[in-house]
Amino acid sequence: MIKPYGDTMGDGKVQLSFSLPVAAGAHGIECAREIARQMGLPDPAVVDCEPMGEGFSHYVVYGMVPYGVDPATIRVRDVETPVMSMEEIEQLIEDKLGRDIVFVGASTGSDAHTVGIDAIMNMKGFAGHYGLERYKHIKAYNMGSQVPNEAFIKKAREVNADVLLVSQTVTQKDVHLHNLVELVELLEAEKMRDQVILVCGGARITHELAKELGYDAGFGPKKYAEDVASFTVQELIRRKEQA
Amino acid sequence: MHRMNKLDLDQARIAECRGYAARIAGGVQSYIDRHTTVTVERSVLRLCGVDGVDRFDVPVPNLMVDEVRRGGDLSRGISVYLAAALKATGLSLDALSAGVADGSVSLLGHPLPDADEARAILKPLLDASFERIRKNRADRENYLDRFGRREPEIYVIVATGNIHEDVVQAQAAADAGADVIAVIRSTGQSLLDYVPYGATTEGFGGTYATQENFRIMRRALDETSERLGRYVKLVNYASGLCMPEIAAMGALERLDMMLNDSMYGIIFRDINMRRTFVDQYFSRSLNAVAGITINTGEDNYLTTADAVENAHTVLASQFINEAFALTAGLPARQMGLGHAFEIDPMVENGFLYEIAQAQMAREIFPEAPLKYMPPTKHSTGNIFHTQAQDTLFNTAVMMTGQSIHLLAMMTEAIHTPFLSDRHLAIKNARMVQTTMRGIADEIQFTPGGIVQQRAQHVLSRAEELLSAIAQGSLFEALEQGVFADVKRAQDGGKGAEGVVEKHAEYLNPAMEKIEEVRQHD
Repeated sequence: MIKPYGDTMGDGKVQLSFSLPVAAGAHGIECAREIARQMGLPDPAVVDCEPMGEGFSHYVVYGMVPYGVDPATIRVRDVETPVMSMEEIEQLIEDKLGRDIVFVGASTGSDAHTVGIDAIMNMKGFAGHYGLERYKHIKAYNMGSQVPNEAFIKKAREVNADVLLVSQTVTQKDVHLHNLVELVELLEAEKMRDQVILVCGGARITHELAKELGYDAGFGPKKYAEDVASFTVQELIRRKEQA
Repeated sequence: MHRMNKLDLDQARIAECRGYAARIAGGVQSYIDRHTTVTVERSVLRLCGVDGVDRFDVPVPNLMVDEVRRGGDLSRGISVYLAAALKATGLSLDALSAGVADGSVSLLGHPLPDADEARAILKPLLDASFERIRKNRADRENYLDRFGRREPEIYVIVATGNIHEDVVQAQAAADAGADVIAVIRSTGQSLLDYVPYGATTEGFGGTYATQENFRIMRRALDETSERLGRYVKLVNYASGLCMPEIAAMGALERLDMMLNDSMYGIIFRDINMRRTFVDQYFSRSLNAVAGITINTGEDNYLTTADAVENAHTVLASQFINEAFALTAGLPARQMGLGHAFEIDPMVENGFLYEIAQAQMAREIFPEAPLKYMPPTKHSTGNIFHTQAQDTLFNTAVMMTGQSIHLLAMMTEAIHTPFLSDRHLAIKNARMVQTTMRGIADEIQFTPGGIVQQRAQHVLSRAEELLSAIAQGSLFEALEQGVFADVKRAQDGGKGAEGVVEKHAEYLNPAMEKIEEVRQHD
């Protein structure tokens, strides 16, 4: 069994911060302690309490978690194909597919953020990881933000896309889930779902979530163009060999 | 005023840049002067007092402009049709608007008055609105005289999606020390070719910019201002397809700042460039007379393009935004030119480059209330690391005398700010502002050192870029993708169909009124 590690194995130390809609003071501190107790921390220490405007206060709380988990019982669904470098991916496309592969990407629905799709697709890439536009044998069409799902599908059909990349940044009230599900439904209605590799990404996206929504893969934070390209190229090869 | 030359910048080169920018903006202005748009015409209606929606929530200004587009000649301007209908029906403006909303009255089918008669019919309506705008401006000045002005101004956002919840958060932020509150818009509003009506209680990622929301927030912040003895400014977005209408609403409801860029919509929202240029001119002209400080969007360039390699595009764009703003009658003190702290914090000497660029903007635009945007691109889910990075940003603000200090949130890249995120951000900023209050005046840069060289390099590249753009036109430059690595076609993008070439007898008494007020300023 493992527990959170503060400075001693098994101490179970965790730190929390939260706000309460009560004034700061002894009463607020006791409210915060009680919240922490109900969260399962037996003897929480409220180390900071600050007033935050009228009738609000902020707390920093430490506690010891009495629970543990057995890491051997924890399973994660993640993309299983190995991650390769840009050069390896380019070589693999040449050797196994022998043609250019076409990516169409967009931040769909009302989402105005391009930061995610740009990080994966733009030439420059992100944090030293070149984007798909840089890859030999990859034709990357980045449609930008606020692209309606219908327009996205139209473009995919027009350029005969192998891979569709959807980025979702705004997650308030789960608007991203709505957009993602709608795209799958539209693709199915258009009989295109099986003809493309469908991938989504974003700050709150996990592979597990993506699979649940009917995507082939999902990429969250700290995933780069090579993660996306490695998966999609190997998946294309797998599909080609199966066919 | 911040006149200095700590960076040993070549003043002749700066003057050259201004010359190129004036030529670039001038080339576009001849196009602007010959065209109007559906939203400019709707703004004229709003400034005449037209408001309300029909039973399908279509705003009355849209009903009127659409009707004239279909059955009349919008190239003459909506004013002449409004004046004709008022004269022929004998109705009050409110009764006419209600009649158009329920379909019982039409703007068409009435004899069109000549320009002088139309002006005379609309004069009392426009005079009332412009008197209200004048009074708003005087009220703002009175507040600032009474309560004092602060610099840098701490600027935070609220984005709950419910205007009443936004009020709670905005008041809490003001209590904590915020000077400026921006109410984030519901995602996607920039692409709506109408302005929604009424109070928003369920928006996505923000609330709609509506006149009612403006009114609710302004009233709440006025209460807070009185209570705190400090004027709390309100910001919204005169951007997207309804830029001029939102400027009109903001002028009527005493907003203090408006995001109002001459090119942002083109580059980042794929709005047609001709449409945007015409719209930005009218909206900025109105902001100018309303005393509203515009905020430009250059900070966004660096979220898509590399912040080290493309710093000169920010400067070039600032020069162009300045030139357009001057044409629209905006004085430098109302030009919140934007820039940002977006260099990867792991780039060696990246902080020195940031200082160089921020100081450069300060020196080149000494009277402009520069709006400095915090790091976002290199913020991760590690809130502790982000908080440290944000402190570096706050330090840069103080070292270089920035004016509008947009606060970074440690939960950037995770969610719209919690109440506590804003509180912690303000606390951090106030700490840095206090402990470093006089630092800018204490700093000199090593002659020929990294900071000076960087600034000189960025300036010289900006000059090259401006010179290249001035050889052709801004339309062509945008087609080639010189800003933010984004390419846009002249006749592409959203809203192109809403641009109308003016008739020889085009009439716009609202614009005439703006020009009249400007002359008296």
